[in-house]
This record gives sequence, C-alpha cells and structure tokens, in this order.
Amino acid sequence: MDIIQILLNGIVLGSLYACIAIGFSLVWGVLNIINMLHGSFIILGGYLAFFAWQYSHINPIFLLPIIATLLFGLGYLLQYFFINKVVMSPVLTTLTLTFGLDMILYNLMTVFFTATPRRVTLDLGSLNLGDMYLPVDRLLGMGLALLLTGLLFLVMRASKIGRAIVAVRMDRQAATLMGIRVNNVYAITFGIGAFMAGAAGVIFSLVFPITTNLTGTFLGKAFVICVIGGLGSVPGALIGGIALGLIESFAGYTIGPQNATTVGFVLMLFLLIVRPTGLVGVKGYE
Amino acid sequence: MTEILRLENVSKSFGGNLAVNDVSFSLEEGEIIGLIGPNGAGKTTLVNLITGVHPLTSGKVIFAGEDVSNQQAYQAARRGLARTFQIVQPFPNMTVLENVAAGALFGGGTGSVQEAMALAHDELKFVGLAAVADTPASSLALPNRKRLELAKSLAMRPKFLLLDEVNAGLNASEIDGALELIRKIAARGVTILIIEHLMKVVLSISQRILVLHHGELIAQGDPRTVIEDPQVVEAYLGSKFAARVKAESHHV
Amino acid sequence: MKQFLYFGAFALWIVMIAATPLLADNYTIRVAISIAMFSAMAVSWNFIGGFTGYPSFSTAAFFGLGCYAGALAQRNGVPLVLAWVFATLFVAVFAAMLGAIILRLKGHYFAIGSIAIVDLARLITSSWGSLTGGGDGLNVPLLQGTPQEVSALVLYVMLAILIVAFLTSIYVDRSRLGFGLKCISQNEDAADMVGVNTTSFKIVAYTLSAVFCGAIGAVYASWVGYIDPTDSFSILLTLKVPVMVLLGGAGTLLGPVLGAGVFVLLEEVFWANFLEWNRAILGGIIVFQIFFLPNGLLKIQYRTLFRKLMNKLAEAPKPAEKSS
Repeated sequence: MDIIQILLNGIVLGSLYACIAIGFSLVWGVLNIINMLHGSFIILGGYLAFFAWQYSHINPIFLLPIIATLLFGLGYLLQYFFINKVVMSPVLTTLTLTFGLDMILYNLMTVFFTATPRRVTLDLGSLNLGDMYLPVDRLLGMGLALLLTGLLFLVMRASKIGRAIVAVRMDRQAATLMGIRVNNVYAITFGIGAFMAGAAGVIFSLVFPITTNLTGTFLGKAFVICVIGGLGSVPGALIGGIALGLIESFAGYTIGPQNATTVGFVLMLFLLIVRPTGLVGVKGYE
Repeated sequence: MTEILRLENVSKSFGGNLAVNDVSFSLEEGEIIGLIGPNGAGKTTLVNLITGVHPLTSGKVIFAGEDVSNQQAYQAARRGLARTFQIVQPFPNMTVLENVAAGALFGGGTGSVQEAMALAHDELKFVGLAAVADTPASSLALPNRKRLELAKSLAMRPKFLLLDEVNAGLNASEIDGALELIRKIAARGVTILIIEHLMKVVLSISQRILVLHHGELIAQGDPRTVIEDPQVVEAYLGSKFAARVKAESHHV
Repeated sequence: MKQFLYFGAFALWIVMIAATPLLADNYTIRVAISIAMFSAMAVSWNFIGGFTGYPSFSTAAFFGLGCYAGALAQRNGVPLVLAWVFATLFVAVFAAMLGAIILRLKGHYFAIGSIAIVDLARLITSSWGSLTGGGDGLNVPLLQGTPQEVSALVLYVMLAILIVAFLTSIYVDRSRLGFGLKCISQNEDAADMVGVNTTSFKIVAYTLSAVFCGAIGAVYASWVGYIDPTDSFSILLTLKVPVMVLLGGAGTLLGPVLGAGVFVLLEEVFWANFLEWNRAILGGIIVFQIFFLPNGLLKIQYRTLFRKLMNKLAEAPKPAEKSS
C-alpha cells in the first residue's frame, strides 16, 4: 500500500478519534473524573442517529445537533444530581460511580436497541485520486469531527462559560469566590463531554457499524488518546487523536490490523511511566 | 567532640535555578544549630537535600562518617536523620499513638508493633500528649500537631533532628513550651538543626548559627558574631533590627 | 471479644459454604463456588485497594493470566495440581515485576494504567493465536469424576484459597507490613519520612492482590473446561471485585468476604428473576452503595440506624387511622 494512502487513512481515523476523546479529556481535566460512561454516550449517539434516520430518512448530519443536545441534557442531569455529590472523593469512588451508571445505561441500550450492529448507509461513493481511495462518508465524518473540535476550541477560548470552566479547572476555590457556581459549571462541563461523545457517535454511525459491544473499545481509545495528548485541552486531544490514528494505521499495515490496538496501549503505558503529563504537556491537577 | 554531619560543596538546581549553591559546613554531635535566612533562601531545600527528599545536583553529604548523598528519604529516617515539616504531615485517620508508633516501627527499627506502641507511649508522655493518645491525629489543634510531629520524629530514635519552623503559627507561651521541649530533646544527646524566623528564639537556643542567602552560606559561627556580621545585617536583619537585637541580648 | 465474634462468624460462614455439597443441589453448589471465588479475589484486592488505598483495577489481568497459565501448563503435560501452583507463581512474579513499574503512578493515572493492563492482556492473548488459541479460546483438560465430585472438589480448593488469603490478611493487618501499608494509604510522603520503604511495601501489597486471583483463575479454568480472552480478561470482573470490597468495607478484614457474599447472592437473585435487567440492577446497587453506604456494610452504625428508624416510625402518623 502507498505510504500516502496509509497517512491519509491515519489522519481520517485520527480526526474521528480526536472527536471521541475530547469530551473524555475535558471531563477528566476539569472535574478530575474518569468517566466510564463515555463509551456508552458515544454508542447512544450512534443508535439515536441510526433510528432517527431509519424513521425519518433525514440525513443524520442534520440530526447531529439535536442528538448531541439530548446527550448534553443527559450528561448535565447525571452530573448535577449524581456525580456532583461525590466529585471531591478519591478516584476509586468516582470511577466506580460512573461505572455503575454506565451499567444502567448500557443495559437500557441493549434492551431498547439490541446489540445488533447498525450503520447509516448514505451511499456517497468514494473519491479516487490516482491510486488513492477515500470513501466520501469518511471524509465527511472527518470534516464534521474537525469542525466540532474547532467549535469546542472556540467555546473554551472565547465564551463566558468556556472561561468559567477554565477558571474552575485552575482553582476551584478562587472560582467560587469570584461568584462562579461551581456545581453548575461542573454539570455543564460534563454535559459538553456528553455532547461531544454523542456527536462522535453520530459521525461514527455514518462510517462504521455501531453496536453496544463497542463501548469498551471506545473508552479504551479515549484513555490512550488522553495519555498521549495530555488532559483537558482541546489541542491536546486533537494531537493525541491524530497521533493514535496514524500509529494504528501504520501498525495495521506493518504488523497487522489485529495488533494495531495493542500498539496504542503499549505506547500509552510507556508514556504513563515516562511522561504522565502527555506529549503536549498540559498538566492535569493530580 | 565528634563530627556528625558534614556537607561538602552541596548544590541543587531546579531547572537551571540554583536553589542551594556550593554549601559546605560541619556540625558536631550534641549541638543545637540555628539555620536562618530570608524567605526563599533555600533553607527547606537544604533540609530536603540532607534527608534524601531531593537528589543532590552536586556535592556530598556525610552523616556519621558515611556518605549518604544518594540516600532515599526512608533510608535517611532509618539512619537516624529525622525531620519535622513546616506544614505538619500526620496520618490523619490514625490515632495520635499510632502516628508516633509508625515512627518507632519504621524509622526506629522497633521489632514488633506492640513494642512500637509501648515506645510511642513514652514519647507521648515526653512531649506532653499522653492524654490525647487515642484520639485521631486530625482532631488535634496546631500546637499539639507540632508536638505530635516532634514525638513522631523522636520515636525514630534520631541522632540528628531537623526542625523546620516548629514554632510557626504558635503564640508566645506556646513557643516557650516548644523551646523547653527542644532543650529537653537536646539533653537526650540529639543534635538539632532548627530553622526559625524569630531571631529572639534562634539566639536564645542556638549554640551556633548558619546563615543562608540566595542559596549560599554567607556566615556561620556563634550567635553574637553572626548578628554583627555586616553581610548578614545587610542581607537579612537590616541594620536597625541588628542594633535592637544586640541591645536586647546585652540586657539578657 | 469483638474480634472473636468476627472470626466466629467467618468460620460459620465457611462451614455453611463447605456443607453445600452434602446438603444442596448442584445449582446451590455453583453459587457456593461463586461466593468462594469472589470472596478470595475480594480479600486479595483488599491488600492494595483497602489497606494501601491504591485504586487498582488489574484484578481481571491476574485472574485471566492465572486461567491461561494453568490451562497452558496442563495442555503441555504438567499434572493438575502442579499446573495450578505454576499458574499462581507465574502471576505472583508477573505482578511483582509489573508493580515495580506501574506503582510509580498515583491516583487517576494509576487507575487508568491498571485498567489498561487488563485491556492489553486481553489484546495480546487474542492476537497470540499460536500459543493461546487466540479469540477462539482454549479447551482445558476436564477434571476427573462425576459432576457432583467435580464441583465439590472445585469448591473445596476455592475455599482453601479463600482461607489462606483470609489468614494472610489477618497476619498482614497485625504486622509491620500492614501498619506500613496503612501509613501509605493515609499519607505516602509522611510514610516515606518515618522510614517506610514505600516502594517495596507497595510492590508486596500489589503482589498479594494478584497471587490469590491467579490461583483462583487457574482452578476456574479447570472447572469450566474452556477459556477465552473476553471472559478471562473482563473489565466487568475487574470492576466488580473492588465494588464488592467497597460494599463490605474496604480496609477491614471481614468486609471483603461480607461484600462478596452479599453481592454474589444479590446477583443470583437478579439473574434468576430479572435476566434482562440484571446489569442495570447491579449498576443500581453500585450507585446506591456509593451514596448510602460509602463506608460499607460493616461500618454502618446499626444501633443508631435502628433507633432513628424507630423514632421515625413513632413520629409518623399511623396509616391505619388515615385509611379508615
């Protein structure tokens, strides 16, 4: 296979990965919570896109804002009513709680949606440039993923709520003194995490078949990307995502696709030991 | 008199900033030594270097004739190099007794948990905390936490004790109590290095004073000589203060 | 006196479980095996998660490696018991070496790293087909005897592992090691300062948290006769065991046994009655436990709770009067 093709595949995949990880990274970085629900949020977004599309035949791209907003609401409520109560507890407590919530959400999904793989098929054909081959749905997915990433970056940089989130991340106490309602900011942050996960799910349903069995896989990718890119920053997640996409693409070509994921995990463990702040070096507060 | 601790050209830099610069001195067994200097002079860093918390950038630390430059913190504790922290570090949910027993069991090398508890009891009596032995450490008020920290260090049966601002945050009568305690510890034959901001306290208790400024040792010697040292006056005391202290110490 | 009561309760519980092959049907024995198995793993996890306070989620990696090490040894001609011993030792050595690396991490990073070990072990087992049979799994030589004999044997071996693990935890709790681990869990820097060799203490605790899981895994593989990567290295298992300990009371001696027993029994009830909602109900239990039993079942002030309840009942208007 042509090296440029591998590179392109890697970047396309990496953009999708960035979209998967960005919400997870935000929640970890700001709330100091490892959100075990994240994989299920993504799958929920994907399922909602599929069924809405099947029912209405509206292109899921137009449904994306609605579905992602629904996920935002779900995330906001979960954080506001449950996770906020233990947000200052040790990681064992918060991780276990989100895992318990995830078991409930996962069960609901398997009952209502079954575990059958679902995929939105738009039949958009593919783009051929020389010997390079790029399916249009993937390019579209990549475009959307990058667009969303950019949007989130702007929100964090320029909006009032973005600045409030950053302030709370830097110093919870000082933020409280400045009149920021920390619980609300936390819930919004978690909501944004769920929003991005839902959006990533919609995008994925255009490109790959979605099934509940994938929740763990997505969660694992989010772990790896966060450790590669560092916590809580949009550029970090983007770089981490694209790095992982490229690594998997090259590893898949050289040592076989079945080993590509393994390489990601090995790299992650290595980085954890050597440089736990990530390659980009944004420090999470430990 | 035998030498207990010697520093040879010890330096430490954090990312290019020299926090401790080429410091050398030698301390005798049984002395009480004051370590003074303005904020940020590198006093706590120096203590961290001596007790193995940070690795040295260069130089040597010799403790009781042994080169301990590369030791880990827990090894320092086992050798008899104990310390207290500027910000006290108890085990919050353990009882006061258990806190002290931890010092005896690990730093002091006591054989069994029971023995450690017995020894801890003695140390609690020594510092005057026997009454609160079975309350959780987190429930103590600051003066008692400082005493707990001392008892914990003493249970480690130290040869050398580094006290990092044990009096910070205490009122005058509490300080008097603490000083009495320190003298009692010294009487047990423990060499003491005390970091202290209050000049009056340092002068009253130390037999010798080391002055650190910008990471460098600018003066050392007996208290009276040191406070008259022009360099010290300029760097730390300020001339007015020096005069006042001198006047006061003449009265005493 | 109180301790005497505790250990009496433990002994009684063990006797009850051990009596199942004599008194009960095969289904009950299976539940008893489950209880013994999860209790042993919970007691194991308590060394690192309870005593030392490190949020370790690598239980399933140790269990799975135990499964595979035992199975592969047997398939290569090692006799049954020796294969189990080999698997146990293999997992212990693995954990000690891994611990030396991974225990440098703290908090969230340690949690993530320890989960990643499970994922990594599963991925490697899946793709190393020539050795492990890959995703197709591996057949393990079956135990000799009638089904009743086999389950009784498995039960007694698992119980033996549980008892050894429990006695070890009593010993550790009273020893220098346990004292040091508790110091680490409260304040690691201060522990270092009083002379605890934190690195080696943590490695010992991590190894103890692995070794019994490895033994359980090896016996489990022989019992079920077939293992595959997904079941052996399951994220669900790796999270369930800490949940059991938290449910009972982390850092206590009996908490893990109590928590595992309650959890397995609840799980059985839900499996039998609400098959479809089993997972959600367990999730609900976890959420309930985090909010209402943060210190576990053992640490509830039962007397105060009872008094409060009685007061409430006394205050409340009697429903009979209302309805009439």
